[in-house]
Amino acid sequence: MNPLGTQLVNLFASLLLLIAFAMLSQRRIVTLINLFALQGLVLTGSTVTVAYVTGQGHLYYSGAITFVLKVLVLPYILHRLIRRLNVKWDIETLINIPTMMLVGIVLVVFAFNLALPISEFSRSIARGTLGIALACVLMSFLMMITRSKAVPQVIGFLAMENGLFFAATSATYGMPMVVELGIALDVLVGMVILGVFLFQIREQFDSLDIHHLEKLKDE
Amino acid sequence: MNLEGILAQLAAMLVALMAAPLLMGWVNQWRALLQNRRPPPLLQQFRALHKLFWKESVMAHEATPMYRVAPYAVFSLMLLAAMIIPTLSTNLPLAPAADAIALVGLFALARVFISLAAMDIGTAFGTLGARREMLIGFLAEPAFLMVLFTASLISNSTSLATIVENLGQRQLTIQPSLAFAGVAFTMVSLAENARIPVDNPATHLELTMIHEALLLEYSGRHLALMEWAAALKLFAYSCAGLALFFPWGVARENDHIALLFALPVLAAKLAAGGIALAVIETILAKMRIFRVPEFLATAFLLGVLGLLVHLLLGA
Repeated sequence: MNPLGTQLVNLFASLLLLIAFAMLSQRRIVTLINLFALQGLVLTGSTVTVAYVTGQGHLYYSGAITFVLKVLVLPYILHRLIRRLNVKWDIETLINIPTMMLVGIVLVVFAFNLALPISEFSRSIARGTLGIALACVLMSFLMMITRSKAVPQVIGFLAMENGLFFAATSATYGMPMVVELGIALDVLVGMVILGVFLFQIREQFDSLDIHHLEKLKDE
Repeated sequence: MNLEGILAQLAAMLVALMAAPLLMGWVNQWRALLQNRRPPPLLQQFRALHKLFWKESVMAHEATPMYRVAPYAVFSLMLLAAMIIPTLSTNLPLAPAADAIALVGLFALARVFISLAAMDIGTAFGTLGARREMLIGFLAEPAFLMVLFTASLISNSTSLATIVENLGQRQLTIQPSLAFAGVAFTMVSLAENARIPVDNPATHLELTMIHEALLLEYSGRHLALMEWAAALKLFAYSCAGLALFFPWGVARENDHIALLFALPVLAAKLAAGGIALAVIETILAKMRIFRVPEFLATAFLLGVLGLLVHLLLGA
């Protein structure tokens, strides 16, 4: 196998993990969106590398879809969304970053242990990265749990999909094209619907803090 | 232990003693240049040390022997630390005395001395500085240890000389774990050496200062020793970073030609590192002291990530 290819995939995997941590600890919404775009870019890089090394032609297409969707379209929609919602310079105040990072490290250790026996069965060049993909998914979960504003939660959801996609590429050289296209469309449509939701939430409560949704109203 | 080793060790000591103030002066020069100020001469640190050594040393009446001993202790600890880090050659007779973990211990011991001495006089500034120094040290040490553990895991040894030999011999591969460790190490050394995002080395009599607050009561030769020790600490950290992440050019045992080239290579690496430090200090602003735990938690996180990535990916 191509050692440089494996090294590159490992490098991209480590970058993904780093970006996941950066997103976890980022307070500003604008930077969060830029990090999401960067994550998409790294994902594209790793997909193309896997495609080149293994000669799997269809991975080039999924790399292209990833690039267009996750580096260009979704960040553009998100940027427009926060401009329209007027939350561009919002910062989330109540997150304890050192604690979040420690919880994140625990999640990474957990994910690595969980993935170790699974990746034994895999024959792909990037099987070691399955743990990292799992860790990215878990950290996006953590981000969705800990954030109280709606937009970071949406970004967490999108980042989780990135992690899943990376898991698919690293463990099994990608899903069938139909599934991949379906997921890509799902995410796009989900994003549009969530955007509408965000406007509705703000209309109702004058804020994007989703803690308002926990109370029942009888009107 | 042979004659050659002893000579190499002595050379390393002399280089450390002379290069430390030079490195400080070099960084100050570049910082002044980058900030559109007229740079001080390169030998300014030597002049300052010379001036301080000839000045009278004033003591507070309440000073205990602790206060008197601290500068000598701190200076010798820093010198020892600078001597066990392979700067020119990995053939160091003192190297078995302390491995990578004991190196962190040496720095910690120096910190304890300096903090106790600062609290000894009982001024508000000294106590304040000592507390902050302890806070930063307590957060920076785990991160530093994680960085060293990553390097130790890669080279299967905690001895600094062996680590450098192993890392220098490897063929060039992309090592994400070492990249993480490198960034973490940079953050830790900025914090430990009281450089800009954490402390401003150019400040005197400000409420935010840390390092200067510790030395506020010292004067004369004691102050000179403390300043020299601070320069040695910067030198030791720079050399540790260079040894871990750019281990090329350090001579191995019985390699005389490499030993000849080791000094120019070290000078070039230190010069580049000094410029990098000046650039970092120019483009960053000092952060609030309450943000420092976040900064160092990030360093710790990067260190742990390096460790985990190495364990998982073997890279």
